[in-house]
Amino acid sequence: MAVNPLYNAQFIDHAQHPDYKYQMDDPTMSHEGINPSCGDELTFSVRLADDGTIEEAAFVGSGCAISQASADMMSDLMVDKTPQEAIELCELFKRMIRGEETDVEMLEEQLDEAAMLRDIAHMPARVKCAELAWRTLQEMLEENGVAGTMTATVNAACDHDHAHDGEDA
Amino acid sequence: MLTPDQLKVIEESPYKADFPLLAKNPDIVFLDSAATSQRPEQVLAAERTFYETMNANPLRGLYRLSVEATESIEQARAHIARFIGAVDSAGRPQASEIVFTRNASESLNLVAHTLPQVVGLGPGDDVVISIMEHHSNIIPWQQVCAATGANLVYLRPDDDYTITPAEIEAKIGPSAKIVSVTHVSNVLGVENDIAAIAMRAHEMGAVMVVDGAQSVPHLTVDVHELGCDLLAFSAHKMGGPMGIGVLWGKAELLDQMPPFLTGGEMIDSVTETDAVWAPVPQKFEAGTQDAAGSFAFDAALTYLDEHDMDVLEERERLLATYLTDQLAALDFVKIVGPSDGARHVGAVAFNVDGVHPHDVASILDMSNVCIRAGHHCAQPLLTYLGESSTCRASVAFYNDKQDIDALVDGLKTVWQVFNGR
Repeated sequence: MAVNPLYNAQFIDHAQHPDYKYQMDDPTMSHEGINPSCGDELTFSVRLADDGTIEEAAFVGSGCAISQASADMMSDLMVDKTPQEAIELCELFKRMIRGEETDVEMLEEQLDEAAMLRDIAHMPARVKCAELAWRTLQEMLEENGVAGTMTATVNAACDHDHAHDGEDA
Repeated sequence: MLTPDQLKVIEESPYKADFPLLAKNPDIVFLDSAATSQRPEQVLAAERTFYETMNANPLRGLYRLSVEATESIEQARAHIARFIGAVDSAGRPQASEIVFTRNASESLNLVAHTLPQVVGLGPGDDVVISIMEHHSNIIPWQQVCAATGANLVYLRPDDDYTITPAEIEAKIGPSAKIVSVTHVSNVLGVENDIAAIAMRAHEMGAVMVVDGAQSVPHLTVDVHELGCDLLAFSAHKMGGPMGIGVLWGKAELLDQMPPFLTGGEMIDSVTETDAVWAPVPQKFEAGTQDAAGSFAFDAALTYLDEHDMDVLEERERLLATYLTDQLAALDFVKIVGPSDGARHVGAVAFNVDGVHPHDVASILDMSNVCIRAGHHCAQPLLTYLGESSTCRASVAFYNDKQDIDALVDGLKTVWQVFNGR
């Protein structure tokens, strides 16, 4: 049987054995993201270094394989990036996942492993799962300012994304 | 477990050839009929026939085409009435008790917006529903209760997914004014004892509303045997077109209910300051109706009549039993609902250990197996059951054993993908 190429061994490894899924001690900021329709929920945390770059990224939560693998790949990508670079990568990822950016070579260079999630552009019902971590990170950085001046721990309000998963009677 | 003879019945489907989408796409394994059914050629042809041979705005025209369009709607009404046992003591269908809506959701909204006035719903009164309702039979009542100060009371099933007589007696008391319960759960597939609930509701002086969206397509439903006062269902789950729904109601109750939507076609006369409503059912049908849709729905019922609902119901029971048994035989699958397959009307909910339902559905999709995954518009039920989401496979008479075997093969692949063997 033809299996979706998305669900390859590398992807499953990220989903089942994420390197960045743990409770971070003393994060600079944390933010919660939810897809109520799927039950996907994650809290993403970062610690910024003195120079304002992301020194450490981690998440906790639960959800489908796509949301979990995506969060793990994103965390790996974000280490050593400035908040501004991180936001730009989030924007690029969202364009990719919506099928608006299809230059595979560029995507692989910029997004590294996360570029493998580009097939989700053909799975509209799963876009929200893939985006959750990126949306959560971007919101957190934007709501707290991106100049890299954050020093206090900030727990921003949780975000509720009212995705539709209904069934008409 | 099915006997060899029973297995032989479901080995192949003699019906698939009648359904163009299935006939033209033999690789598609459609196990999501609880969401919407496929439609037979006869229904598609009827929709076209209407527009080719009798297209005119019904009700208003005084010329032949419009009269034919009007007659087609009235014939459909009579057929629907007969189909659900809405007949008088002489067996004549009570066509005027059939109100056309867009879908079961709209039918239930119509009731929620108009019935409270009839029963004088107010603070301290109870509206009783069950925890296994589709959102369509929850949210309208939440709104009604918020507006009137009435209490929303939930019937809850026991560990065997049964709403017991004790629960019915405990929850439906003298304060109950409206009881609105689904006949068949769209998640668990179980049938509720509507006759018992309706009897208690009537003893307490309440009006009994039934959501038949998942039962009318699969069971021979007789409104008098159910003992209900109002019944909502959709054409699109039973071979008819999308966009046509039905509200059946007892004539004397429909007469008392005020209009839901107002405008053209639903009045007898209008002055600058006032209007006189048309009689039931036109009172509830403002604006141009989907006449082609009702004509095609009529054709869908003819298809079901010709193939005998009793035969189709028995076949679906065998399919649901086989489906349940096959899922139960997979040690990495947990059925959410009764383990007895015969209790499933169409739908079986389940989960794969350690795999999110959306991932299950996405991987099954790669082998063209169509199932549903999520909360199935029944979040309070899933919360009650302690699940955030489930997979759901649902069968209709046009399915066969091979469809279910394809699902089982697909689930084995899902397990392998996540467990590397």
